[in-house]
Amino acid sequence: MANLRFDDRQGRLKENRSAMDAKQTEPHACQLMVIGAGMAGMAATFFAARNGIAAVQAGLTGETIYASGLFDLYGVAHGGKGEIIDNPWQGLQELKKAYPRHPFSRLPGDQIRLALDLFTGFLGGAGLPYRGYGERNSRLITPVGTIKRSFRVPQTMWAGVAALENRAPCLIVDILGLRGFSAVQIVSTLGAAWPDLKAASIDLPRESRQGPKYPEHLARGLEMEASRRELANAVRPHLGKARYVGLPAILGVHNTETVRTDLEAKLGVPVFEIPTMPPAVSGIRLKEIFDIHMPRQGVNTFYHQTVHAMRQRRDGRFQLDVGRTAAETTVVADAVLLATGRFLGKGLAAQRRGIRESLLDLPVHQPENRSSWHRQDLLDPRGHGINLAGLEVDDGFRPVDAAGRVIYENLYAAGSILAHQDWIRTKSGTGLAVATAYGAVQALAEHPMGRSQP
Amino acid sequence: MGATLNTQVLIIGGGATGTGLARDLALRGVHCILVEKRDINAGASGGNHGLLHSGARYIASDPAAARECRKEGEILKRLAPQCVEQSGGLFVAVPGDDEAYIAEFESRCRKCGISATAVDPKDAREMEPCLSADIIAAYAVEDAAIDPFKLSLDNMAQAMDLGSSQLLHHEVVGFKRQGGRLVEVLLADAIKGGEVRIRADQIINASGAWAGNVAALAGADIDMIYSQGSLMITQMRLGERVINRLRRAADADILVPAGTVSIFGTTSQRIDDPNRCRPTTAEVDAMLADGRAMIPKLEDTRFIRAYAGVRPLVQAGGDSDDRAVSRGYALLDHAADGLDNFITITGGKLTTYRLMAERAADLACRRLGISAPCRTAREPLPVSSQAQYTEPGLTSRMWLKQKDPADLLLCECEMVPMSVFNEIAASLVDGGQRPGLREMGQRSRVGKGPCQGSFCSLRMAAHMYNQGLLKDGEGVRELKDFLNERWRGIQPLLWGVTVAQAELQEALHCGLLGLEVTEMP
Repeated sequence: MANLRFDDRQGRLKENRSAMDAKQTEPHACQLMVIGAGMAGMAATFFAARNGIAAVQAGLTGETIYASGLFDLYGVAHGGKGEIIDNPWQGLQELKKAYPRHPFSRLPGDQIRLALDLFTGFLGGAGLPYRGYGERNSRLITPVGTIKRSFRVPQTMWAGVAALENRAPCLIVDILGLRGFSAVQIVSTLGAAWPDLKAASIDLPRESRQGPKYPEHLARGLEMEASRRELANAVRPHLGKARYVGLPAILGVHNTETVRTDLEAKLGVPVFEIPTMPPAVSGIRLKEIFDIHMPRQGVNTFYHQTVHAMRQRRDGRFQLDVGRTAAETTVVADAVLLATGRFLGKGLAAQRRGIRESLLDLPVHQPENRSSWHRQDLLDPRGHGINLAGLEVDDGFRPVDAAGRVIYENLYAAGSILAHQDWIRTKSGTGLAVATAYGAVQALAEHPMGRSQP
Repeated sequence: MGATLNTQVLIIGGGATGTGLARDLALRGVHCILVEKRDINAGASGGNHGLLHSGARYIASDPAAARECRKEGEILKRLAPQCVEQSGGLFVAVPGDDEAYIAEFESRCRKCGISATAVDPKDAREMEPCLSADIIAAYAVEDAAIDPFKLSLDNMAQAMDLGSSQLLHHEVVGFKRQGGRLVEVLLADAIKGGEVRIRADQIINASGAWAGNVAALAGADIDMIYSQGSLMITQMRLGERVINRLRRAADADILVPAGTVSIFGTTSQRIDDPNRCRPTTAEVDAMLADGRAMIPKLEDTRFIRAYAGVRPLVQAGGDSDDRAVSRGYALLDHAADGLDNFITITGGKLTTYRLMAERAADLACRRLGISAPCRTAREPLPVSSQAQYTEPGLTSRMWLKQKDPADLLLCECEMVPMSVFNEIAASLVDGGQRPGLREMGQRSRVGKGPCQGSFCSLRMAAHMYNQGLLKDGEGVRELKDFLNERWRGIQPLLWGVTVAQAELQEALHCGLLGLEVTEMP
């Protein structure tokens, strides 16, 4: 988030602009400033708006295109033993007993469930419905033929869960020119356990422009009926006994349900998407929904802008400089929620001599030295030490120091920046982001500072 | 029961010395088979600085080696120019460096016949702006950069043109001994499984750091020391020339250009098993702390990869400093072990590999009664097509020139298209090797760009299935192996923006694909 170093040119630019704008621009005042526009930032802003909290949000939404679109909750047990979790709610109860400092352990299960339901409900209302079982994880296949567990999957992928569960006769289709997605690879890898899985490769002449094909381009094309007809015609000769058809994730960007149901009608069998490597359409869909629908929640959004610096004023409120490459706007907020992410999101900075929090230099729980950040194998099932680094918080998701004291009464943190969790290895990304955002906003709503009038 | 092959000379080890030997012997009309347990240059020959020494580094510790380096360096510049960048070199000193050593540098070089010209420190800074403003002395020498992969592949290509052959991924697992002769060598085929037997008149052990292990299988004894040296590759080329610290050979004192990047090193760390060689975070941090006195820019330079090699040192006495053990080579005839058809050539350095090969070949030919002289000091090394795609920028230039939109890029960072992949795969298959992801990485630039293999590995695996190069569940194993191998070189360099890239990589390969979890369908 923060880029605190300006060169001289930018520094002058900033001064000139603030001198010029000072009279015209009053600082934006709000009850809550959400910093970050990833999943945690979006969820926090959504929950704040729902609670009637006047919120401002800043951050880059572009990174969301790297999201898988899957709503993982808890797929592999925390602690590095690699135990696969069938029932995430039961898993979370055990997690709470064994790892009380894990961010999930600070929330009752019913609140986590409510948070997920509210947020997937919001996405469903925006045209991106999610499906899943009540008490257990869904299993779906990946483009390399491995099995992935998730709690809520986009409706476009749901039929694949049933197909896998029943090892039903199923046709996997790839598209010439779409790299990194091979039907033969998926079928060869899974074939031993799923003999009725077949592969086909199709060409899409309407897309006959030679060269690489991109999922986003294909997905936008399929929003047109003619393209769907062409796709169905190309797939049909390969159908054989298949009772399901699996495609790379290309079933539209905005109208996925129309695309999917129309293809199913044309082919006569359920159709499902298989995730593709990022940036994938499943991430682009989320980004576009956030871009369009979040401002409609009554939130003042500064997307494509970041917070360059922030400080606490004497009255306890935070003053933040928001802008593109330099500060353009000042926001004054009763409370701030950091959803700035880890290293990729720039909420944390991994310097050779230690890990720092980027905006306020908050204390970061971290391994003793760089030698214990990462293990010798990338894929070591025990996970990497650095992944447990991050901000330690109290039960209200407020960052605390090493002695457990709250650092700022009105500062909250949510999402992957939190310590004592490894969302990648426990397959918890979206669940952790949404649940902790919910927890932080609930705590804020109950806290007097969060309710004080600007 | 596998095949039994016959040859005049069996060479064990596919590094610079082994491949150099294969060429040397083939040029003398001797048929050889080269066996290598992994791939060409998988050991120290691929894990070094790529520095063709002028010899100036060894003037104090080992003047004989210094003279050999000078002579061999000149030969390689003349006969294998395709492998050499004649960058020239500098030796520079910073405040605090041993002034007596600085004062004697020029005369010591002269005694070894090595050219060293004093350069005003101000001029040196103009020649190499990355140097510290504080340098107190500088000398220009005739160091150069050498591409060890191209060198070994070109050597082996000529040997094979002349009728010799290679068996890669074949590990020596035993010898059958009758009296003073090793009558048969047993090899395990690491790819297909099974065993291969080779009968050879002479057997030359050129397995570098593994020479002691191989000799032990033959019932011979070599007292080896393993000294790990770690190196780091910068994202951009920092210097035009080879830059050496003007002091007695120590850690973190050489920066060598290699095409578009530079290589900084090294360390000297004793390890007890050559298989345990890998660069560590502690070595990297120590090198940066030391090296920035000469090249301050190292402090904020981005590094793309670290790697390590094992110096195979044959122990002479009870020395404690591994750099004091002779850097000259060891040629052992194993007469003391009661063997008359086993030779070991190890130790030494890349610069003198040709001479080592010559000496070992001389001994083998003497024993075979062959009088043909060595030709490698006179005849140019032919350019082969084997190594061409390791050159940075080559495949992207080809691809842009060719303008075939159907020829999709598999590696976008380094612009390696399907056509190049297929060509390399075909040549690997022709050579009886498997075209795996690692092998592709060694013969092209794939996986060496900023994504470090995160994305291209997936595109390549999918392509390999489509081409029938992978089957069943091999792809997942192949990906894991490739990613863990790339990781070896990234892990010690993880700070700053590379940590973010590693996070993205882990999110993809573990978070989405679950490669670290083994869940069956």
